Amino acid sequence: MKPSSRITIITLLGFWLTIFGGLPLLLLLVTSFLGQHPEKFFELNFSLESYRQLLDSSYLDILLRSIKQAVITTLLCLVISYPFVWLTARMNKRNRNIVLILVMIPFWTNSLIRTYAVRIIIGTNGLLNKMLLGLGLIDSPLRLMYSETAVVIGLIYLMLPFMILPLYANLEKFDYRLVEAARDLGAGNTQIFLRIALPLTLPGIIGGSIMVFVPTMGLFYVASLLGGGKNLLVGNLIHQNFLVSQNWPLGAAMSTALILMLLSMLLAYTFILRKMKSREVAG
Amino acid sequence: MKKGVLTITDLSKSFDGLSVVKNFNLVISQGEFVTLLGPSGCGKTTLLRLIAGFDKPDSGTIMLDDKDIGCTPPEKRQVNTVFQSYALFPHMTVFDNIAFGLKITKTKKSELLSRVQNVLKQTQLESLAHRFPSQLSGGQQQRVAMARAVVNRPRVLLLDEPLSALDARLRQEMQIELKKLQRNLNITTILVTHEQDEALSLSDRIVVMNQGAIAQIGTPREIYEEPKNLYVARFIGEINQLPARVEEVNNSGNLTINVLGKNITIAKEIDCAKGDRVHLLLRPEDLRISGDIDEAMPRFSGSIIDRRYRGATLDTTIRLDTHDITLQACEFFDEDDPDFDYSIGEKVEVSWVPGWEVLLKDET
Repeated sequence: MKPSSRITIITLLGFWLTIFGGLPLLLLLVTSFLGQHPEKFFELNFSLESYRQLLDSSYLDILLRSIKQAVITTLLCLVISYPFVWLTARMNKRNRNIVLILVMIPFWTNSLIRTYAVRIIIGTNGLLNKMLLGLGLIDSPLRLMYSETAVVIGLIYLMLPFMILPLYANLEKFDYRLVEAARDLGAGNTQIFLRIALPLTLPGIIGGSIMVFVPTMGLFYVASLLGGGKNLLVGNLIHQNFLVSQNWPLGAAMSTALILMLLSMLLAYTFILRKMKSREVAG
Repeated sequence: MKKGVLTITDLSKSFDGLSVVKNFNLVISQGEFVTLLGPSGCGKTTLLRLIAGFDKPDSGTIMLDDKDIGCTPPEKRQVNTVFQSYALFPHMTVFDNIAFGLKITKTKKSELLSRVQNVLKQTQLESLAHRFPSQLSGGQQQRVAMARAVVNRPRVLLLDEPLSALDARLRQEMQIELKKLQRNLNITTILVTHEQDEALSLSDRIVVMNQGAIAQIGTPREIYEEPKNLYVARFIGEINQLPARVEEVNNSGNLTINVLGKNITIAKEIDCAKGDRVHLLLRPEDLRISGDIDEAMPRFSGSIIDRRYRGATLDTTIRLDTHDITLQACEFFDEDDPDFDYSIGEKVEVSWVPGWEVLLKDET
């Protein structure tokens, strides 16, 4: 590539990033340091009040609960996806593509609509209960709706492809001959998983986990629709502060804190990846 | 007769109705180096995978020290494989790769250390113990793969075309190293290859395979000098093939055959009758040209149509004046006449060293 065209591309990219990434972030950051006002969105003076409020125990509780739910969702997504992706990656090319398309089709529907679909399925008179009652497996309908379980089910359903796709991208490259080599050297299935498959697919596992964990923290409408207001998450708080109680500085401070937390996770991931890469490339 | 370590009886395997290994029988004794030799698709790799346990036989038995291991999973067999792709674990150092099998079997730490160190020394990998596989050259990776297998002291070591990824020169070096290691450790070894010179130089015995069956079993010398059929003769080395007819079967076991219109009596015992069609097989180095021909031998006239200087030898292609036959000859330079050479088109007479010929019945 000619140096001049390279500079053009970098300039364009820089422009694009500044306008759509940097500027909104900067606005958010500035807003978070503004004073709060009971009637207006904010007051134009420097204040750390919003950050001080963040340390309030009720907010911290919600943050911890959000993290807990995101962790549970991420782990369950991983446990569900890993064997599925492992088998998919071993299929022939045609079947593999069919399976991947099936995974992606729900993506084309709005996630809000899909959340309503989950309501219909797990509701007290929903499909799941009707089926279980019909089969005689339960005597009275399960009360799943408006609970943490319902929120986690909804989150898993929405986030599963975000785990499956990064895992697939990684597992597809996994050299299955290594499994034979390990078996030949005496390793059983557990040993093969722990010593060979797990360490070699770690980038996919971490990548998928971040892809699930990060959006899960902010998916407020899943908690509203399936958790019924009792199970507020960080996303709900931010949503409320910006759109309901119109306390922009507090919402911005919450967003900033969330962004910082997720950013540090991404940095840790990049660091681990680089460490693994430096092993595989001649040094 | 030494005791058999590995005894394969009537082993058969087919994939999708296609028979890949057919009624295979082989007994391998302790410390023996046996090569399965054949073109790709002859079933040699499948046979190796059956012995390793990656595939299950359709019928027949595989006995390892009097124990039927036909249905034992690979991780429970005292057999280790060196894979064609090496299949080294990329996230482990050379040391950890080699120690893998010992760690799995929960070997005592002190014993593990000493055994890995010992193998590292024998494979000259001591200084590379803490490198990762991607930081090694092809030959070094090959050695790690060898070390990783032999450190477990397998009853049988399986080598699946272990040198095929190396360039010719390195392959030669590794052949010597491989043989040395195998001899030092006295490990019973089965090598799968399609390289005949690898088979000839490494093996105690060679099993030439053709479409899942044994074409011939023998020492490298037997395989090369006394091929039992045309398939083996053609597969191992270059060979000249002349059509002949049996003229007379003498009482003493001698045969008189007619080759390209000339009669010759040779001392060969093959089961044939007067009038049978046979093939006279001659290696390029069996041929003698013009001045070197033994007086008792028939001479065929022809002309040189190609000559190739090969350093130690001079290879020539000779077209016979009659019968539209070309022969490949290979002559060594000797001290008496270091400058000998031929010009293209030169008229020569050609014959062979008496007794060096191979006679095979026509199989068609």
